[in-house]
Amino acid sequence: MPGSTVEEVELIGTGKGGGGTPAGDDGGFGGGDEWRGPSGSARVPQRAYVTGMVIALGGILMFFMALVSAYIVRKDMPNSAWVQLNVPRVLWLNTLILIASSFTLARSRGRLLADDLPGFRHWWSVTTILGIFFLIGQVIAWRQLAAAGLFLATNPASSFFYVFTAAHGLHLLGGVLALLYIAFRPTHRLTRGTATEIVSMYWHFMDGVWVFLFLLLLLGR
Amino acid sequence: MSSHAHTGHAVVVEPSGFVSKYIFSIDHKVIGIQYFLLALTAVCIGIVLSLLMRFHLVYPGAHLPFVSGGIMTPEQYMALVTMHGTIMVFFVLTTAPQGGFGNYFLPIQIGAPDMAFPRLNMLSFWVTFLAFVAIIAAFVVPGGAPISGWTGYTPLSGMGEVTGPGEGMGQTLWIVSISLFCLASLLGALNFIATTIDLRAPGMTLFRMPLTVWGWFVTAILGLLAFGVLLAGGILLLLDRSAGTSFFLPAGLVVNDQLQPHSGGSPLLWQHLFWFFGHPEVYIAILPGMGVASHILSTFARKPVYGYRAMAMAICAIGFLGFMVWGHHMFLSGMSPYSGFAFSVLTMSIGVPSAIKTFNWIGTLWGGKIQFKSPMLFALGFVSLFVSGGLSGLFLAQPAVDNMLHATYYVVAHFHLVMGVAAIFGIFAATYFWFPKMFGRMMSEPLGKLHFWFTFVGAYCIFMPMHFVGLAGGIRRYADATGTTYAAALQPVHVFMTYAAFITGAAQLIFIFNFFWSLKSGAIAGKNPWNATTLEWITDSPPAIDNFGGHYPSVYRGPYEFSVPGYKQDFIPQDLTPQQAALLK
Repeated sequence: MPGSTVEEVELIGTGKGGGGTPAGDDGGFGGGDEWRGPSGSARVPQRAYVTGMVIALGGILMFFMALVSAYIVRKDMPNSAWVQLNVPRVLWLNTLILIASSFTLARSRGRLLADDLPGFRHWWSVTTILGIFFLIGQVIAWRQLAAAGLFLATNPASSFFYVFTAAHGLHLLGGVLALLYIAFRPTHRLTRGTATEIVSMYWHFMDGVWVFLFLLLLLGR
Repeated sequence: MSSHAHTGHAVVVEPSGFVSKYIFSIDHKVIGIQYFLLALTAVCIGIVLSLLMRFHLVYPGAHLPFVSGGIMTPEQYMALVTMHGTIMVFFVLTTAPQGGFGNYFLPIQIGAPDMAFPRLNMLSFWVTFLAFVAIIAAFVVPGGAPISGWTGYTPLSGMGEVTGPGEGMGQTLWIVSISLFCLASLLGALNFIATTIDLRAPGMTLFRMPLTVWGWFVTAILGLLAFGVLLAGGILLLLDRSAGTSFFLPAGLVVNDQLQPHSGGSPLLWQHLFWFFGHPEVYIAILPGMGVASHILSTFARKPVYGYRAMAMAICAIGFLGFMVWGHHMFLSGMSPYSGFAFSVLTMSIGVPSAIKTFNWIGTLWGGKIQFKSPMLFALGFVSLFVSGGLSGLFLAQPAVDNMLHATYYVVAHFHLVMGVAAIFGIFAATYFWFPKMFGRMMSEPLGKLHFWFTFVGAYCIFMPMHFVGLAGGIRRYADATGTTYAAALQPVHVFMTYAAFITGAAQLIFIFNFFWSLKSGAIAGKNPWNATTLEWITDSPPAIDNFGGHYPSVYRGPYEFSVPGYKQDFIPQDLTPQQAALLK
């Protein structure tokens, strides 16, 4: 990621002695860091954004795991009134679209790293469109369920189906907005390298969460 | 932007408008003070609610002009219980130590000019503020405040107005408030963790971080992993209430002669989701206090923290174990005795890192030249209350004992001492300690000492007798115990606790007065009034907008180098180079 590397080098100031490893008698692990940019724009080292995304994904994972554990507990309750739900077929297509979008996004990042900006924009747009298709597909799945008379409160299986798809869909909508934001607006605090990196992390993660939820709905009977 | 970076002395322009400087500020110091003032407002409301409860317990038939109907009903009493708990736990014990002092001092203590994501930081505060507005709004909506306790147990909390006044709009607002709070805390936790990992000054290794930073850091990790779970639970509960789902509501419930249209849900599922958050939450409240106590004991004993690494590791161990013991809040839920045993053993194992901390606090004091300033008194009070409250935890950790005591005042006394009052003492200690840095003036020492003695003795007078009320079978959450012979016999103790509560509550006015009087008229503090070593004391009081005024500190030593043999000065700031330090020999 040449973009962010250049930016980081520029952010390292040279104004003061001491450097990253002043003589010390403590010898703890972790060597502080070289950051000494001034306050104001672009003062945070780019890797903080990557750290922030890893942390955010940790929190999001806990959120989804709470829903999943509720699903597992609720399904196996005695007298659970559980009525197994046959997932709409369109979900297979949606899943394929989402997996494909991860590949196109990886392709897009690859083009960016190869300094091929038109290629980057092309595959980035393809990813965005696939993401929008996925969301439309999920809405179609909802409409099919509704047409079959299965609503949020119909039975516990349909409740969880709507909760899972809505929670994931909202997160993915955020991902689509991030894709659009990067496509249409040059960032100034974030380098393009970092921005695409953290959006990619988020997108692949949400892809993985969906595959997990889909398998759970499919196989967890 | 890169040209700025090269100068290394770029001047950050302070925002000039009132709104951008004090309201929608992205400066972590202003946001820290905003959190602090929010918590101060909340704690005043929380104290008034608790005093109303204490009054009602002693004079259940009294006519109160502000209660509709004149005499407080049991439901209104339960609303007080619920709102007192919710406001205190979320908007005081979580907000002040982490959002307030953590926000203000974590970046300064690691030598950074701000949080990693200042705009996110501002968003965290304002979402917390919205959550506070929502919970306060529950007082004034039709039906009033919810009555299901700060734990919001289902099915009571899941069915709406049919289960009682306050369970309509009030309970909905409660869930909305808590969910917003979760969201804000997640954003805050993200910021704290990223800042600690990536924004430390050169030389600030993990084991040179002040223990306060360790406390905030581990607290943020707990928050990150816990609040998402409560958020998920809150969403499911809201759907049960408003969309007719049955996640937590079983079939066949008849409430007020009406059969409820739910089926197959599990009220215990809510308890698991809630307490998976709820137990880490008590460490979210207390860990920053532990950090502050260690920091202050060392500073005012003029000695290094005894066993610094063990202290840091004990914080991590408590945080880790805190995720495995949520079941001890549910011994009465009919869980398998094997689960109960596992939760019991794990719970008691938290005694090990807690004992390490206590021994090391005493080790830090041992042989020190102790200065009994107000912050030191409150830090010592913290240790005392933590030990007194923690010991009863060992009894409650055993299912057989807990089965008898769980619904009594014994539990109320336990958690108030160990997480309530101890954490509040941590907040007071931090306030007296850092007030000079935050506002450039000292707080009054005589008033601080007066405040300490009233509060310290008062807290013990309220909560020590409460243990015995619990042991004697005094049942908690009952609005009026005078109707039964055995409980009525405990009434004189309740009267004593109520008097103690009113005196202690009134004594907090000393603090409020001291706080605002000192803002205007306290003695000028200077940079380092306590002769302390960490980075916040090398900068101005209050610090410049970028914390160190265009200068970026490097760190050369650990955080607690007090009374180092061979030096003329009994403290060596963290940013002193070996050459500069040699001049002090």
